[in-house]
Amino acid sequence: MNSILPLIKNETIKMMKKKRFYVVILVLIVLVPIFVYAQMKIAETNREKFNSDWRLAVRQAITDNQNSLQSARVPEEWKKYRIIYIQQMKYYLEHDVNPQEPGGVGFTRQFMDNAATLFIPLLIMAIASDIVSSERSSGTIKMLLTRPVRRWKVLLSKLIALLMFVSLIVVSAFVISYLISGLVFGYKGFNIPVFTGFKLNGSDVDLSGVHAVPQWAYILMQCGLIWFMSITVAMLAFMVSVLVRSTAASIVIMMAALIAGTILTNMASAWTSAKYLFMVNLDLTNYLAGTPAPIEGMTLGFSLAVLAIWAAVSLLISFTVFTKQDILN
Amino acid sequence: MIHPSGEERSNLATVLSVEHLRKKIGKKWIIDDVTFDVKSGEIFGFLGPNGAGKTTTIRMLVDLIKPTEGKVQICGYDVNRDPERALAFVGSIVENPEVYPYLTGWENLQHFARMQSGIDEQRIQEVVDIVRLDQRIHDKVKTYSLGMRQRLGIAQALLGRPKLLILDEPTNGLDPKGIKELRAFIRRLAEEGMAVFVSSHLLSEIQLLCDRVAIISRGRVLAVGGVNELVSGNANYVIWQLSPRPRGTEILVAHGAKIVDDPHTVLDDSIAAGLNENSVVTQFIGDSISNIVPILVNAGVEVRDVHKINPTLEQLFLEMTEGESIE
Repeated sequence: MNSILPLIKNETIKMMKKKRFYVVILVLIVLVPIFVYAQMKIAETNREKFNSDWRLAVRQAITDNQNSLQSARVPEEWKKYRIIYIQQMKYYLEHDVNPQEPGGVGFTRQFMDNAATLFIPLLIMAIASDIVSSERSSGTIKMLLTRPVRRWKVLLSKLIALLMFVSLIVVSAFVISYLISGLVFGYKGFNIPVFTGFKLNGSDVDLSGVHAVPQWAYILMQCGLIWFMSITVAMLAFMVSVLVRSTAASIVIMMAALIAGTILTNMASAWTSAKYLFMVNLDLTNYLAGTPAPIEGMTLGFSLAVLAIWAAVSLLISFTVFTKQDILN
Repeated sequence: MIHPSGEERSNLATVLSVEHLRKKIGKKWIIDDVTFDVKSGEIFGFLGPNGAGKTTTIRMLVDLIKPTEGKVQICGYDVNRDPERALAFVGSIVENPEVYPYLTGWENLQHFARMQSGIDEQRIQEVVDIVRLDQRIHDKVKTYSLGMRQRLGIAQALLGRPKLLILDEPTNGLDPKGIKELRAFIRRLAEEGMAVFVSSHLLSEIQLLCDRVAIISRGRVLAVGGVNELVSGNANYVIWQLSPRPRGTEILVAHGAKIVDDPHTVLDDSIAAGLNENSVVTQFIGDSISNIVPILVNAGVEVRDVHKINPTLEQLFLEMTEGESIE
C-alpha cells in the first residue's frame, strides 16, 4: 500500500456519512437568516431616523463616539478604539464613501468579520474534534491500525481530509451568507470601494497608506486570512483529538481555549507576553479593517507567524504521539 | 482434527513466531517472556483466565502495542519494524469486531479493502459469500445483531487472503449454533492451509477446536504443546452413578479408586450441579474402569452411568503452578 489517495477517500466518505458536515451547513442556513433579519431592522431604523442619508448616520455615529470620549466612565482602553473609529469614519465621509453600503456583499463582509473568531472555529471543531478520538472511543482504531499501512499515513489521510473540509466550511460560510443576504439586500456590491491600510500609532491613525480596494478584493483577502486562522484552529483541534480519547472532552478543551482568547483580548493589554498565545491572534481580519490589535506590538506578520508556529508544533505532537502510542483500550 | 507428528510439523512453514516477548507498563511486567510459534494449517489456542495477558499479547502480535523486549515475526517480517509487509499476511479481530455503524456492511468492507492493495470488488463479494452475509450486506451496520457483526468482522479479516488469522475470544456473544458453525468454519480455513490463532478462557473451547495450545497465566506462558498431551496428562475425574451408593463406594475404594470428598471444588459448576445422591466422583483410574464395572455389577450394584470429566482450566492451572492460585 503506497498510495495515500484511497485512505483520503476513506476519510472523506466517513466524514460525509457521519453527517457532521451537513450539520455545519444546516447551522449556517438557520443562523444567517437571523443575522440578515437583524441587519434589515438596523437599516430600517436608520432609514426612518436619517431619511436614507447615510452621511447623517455616519455623522451621528461620530458625534456619539466623541461625546462618549468626554465621559469618565468609559475606560481608557475603549477610548482608544473610539478615537480610531472616529478618524476612520471621518475619512469615509471626506471621500464620500458609505462605509455600510447596504447589499449582500457588504453584509457578507461584515458577517465573515464577526464570524472569524468564534463562530467559524466552532464549526471547524464540530468536524475536527472527533476525527481521531471517535475512532478510539468506538474501537475502530484497532481495525484501522492493524491493516498494512503505516500509522503516519493513516493520520496524514485524516489531516488532509480535515483540511479539505475546513476549506469547504470557509467557502460555504461565504456562499451561504451571500446567497441568503442577497435575497434581501440584493446581490450587487462587489465593486464598491473599501478603505484599507490604516496604520495605527498609539491612538493616532496614519492615513498615508490608506487606499481603496474594490469590495471583492477585500473579501478575498479577508477569506484568505480567515482560512489561515481556520487551518490553525483545525490543526490544534486535531492534536487535541489525538491526545484525548473522548470527543466531548476534546470539544470542551478547544472551546475553553477559544473563549479564553476572547476574554484575554479584552483585558490582556497590560500582560504583553500574552501575545504569544494562539487565541489572541485569531482575529486576523482586524489588521485589514484597521482595528487596533489587542496587545501592543502585534502586527499581521507577527500574528501569522505565531499561528504558524502553533500549528506546526501541534502537528509535530500529533504525529509523534500517534505513531508511538500503545493502543490499550 | 489433523494432528501432525513432531517431525511432520517441523516441515510446515512457520507463519507466526514469537520470541521472548515482554511488556512493561508502569513498573509492572504485564507480559513476561512469551515464546511460541504457529505453523501454517495449524489451529493454535491461546488459553488463559481473564486478565492473564491474552489481549495484550495479541495486541503486540498486530502492532497495536510495542513490545518492551522480544520480537514478533509474521512470515519472516518483523511486525514492529516492517508492519506494512508483516501485517499484509494477517487478518485479525482484536476483542470485539469494531466496524463503523453508520456505514453499511459493504461500505465497511470497501473501506478496509482500500487499505490494502490487490482487493477488488470481486474479492469483497467472495468474503461476503464465505461468511454468508449477502442478505444484509447493504444494510447499515447499526441494524446488525452481534452475530452478524462478528461475521462481518471475520469477512474483514479474510479480505486480504491472510496466512494468519487472529481471533480474540471469537465465541463471545455467539449462541450455541453460531459457535458450532464458527468451529467448522475455522477448521475449514485451517485445512486450506491458513494458520489460525484463537484465544479463549474456556478449556473446553480450546479442546474442541485447537491442535496446539499455549497456556498463559499472569503474563507467563506455563506450557506449550499438543492439546491432548497437555490435557490428558493431567488430572481427570470420573463420575459414577451407583445404586446403592455406599456399597458401590466400598467396592471402588477396595479396587484402588481415590474418592473425591468434595467434588464441588474440582468440577465446573455446570457439572457439579448435575450431581445427585447416587453420584460418586473419583480420580481417573485409566483402564481399570472396564475391570471395575463387572465387579460392581456382580456385587449387585446397579451402574447407571460412568463418565470421564476433563479437568477445568482452574484445575489444570493448579496442577501446573503447583497450587499457586490464579488471579
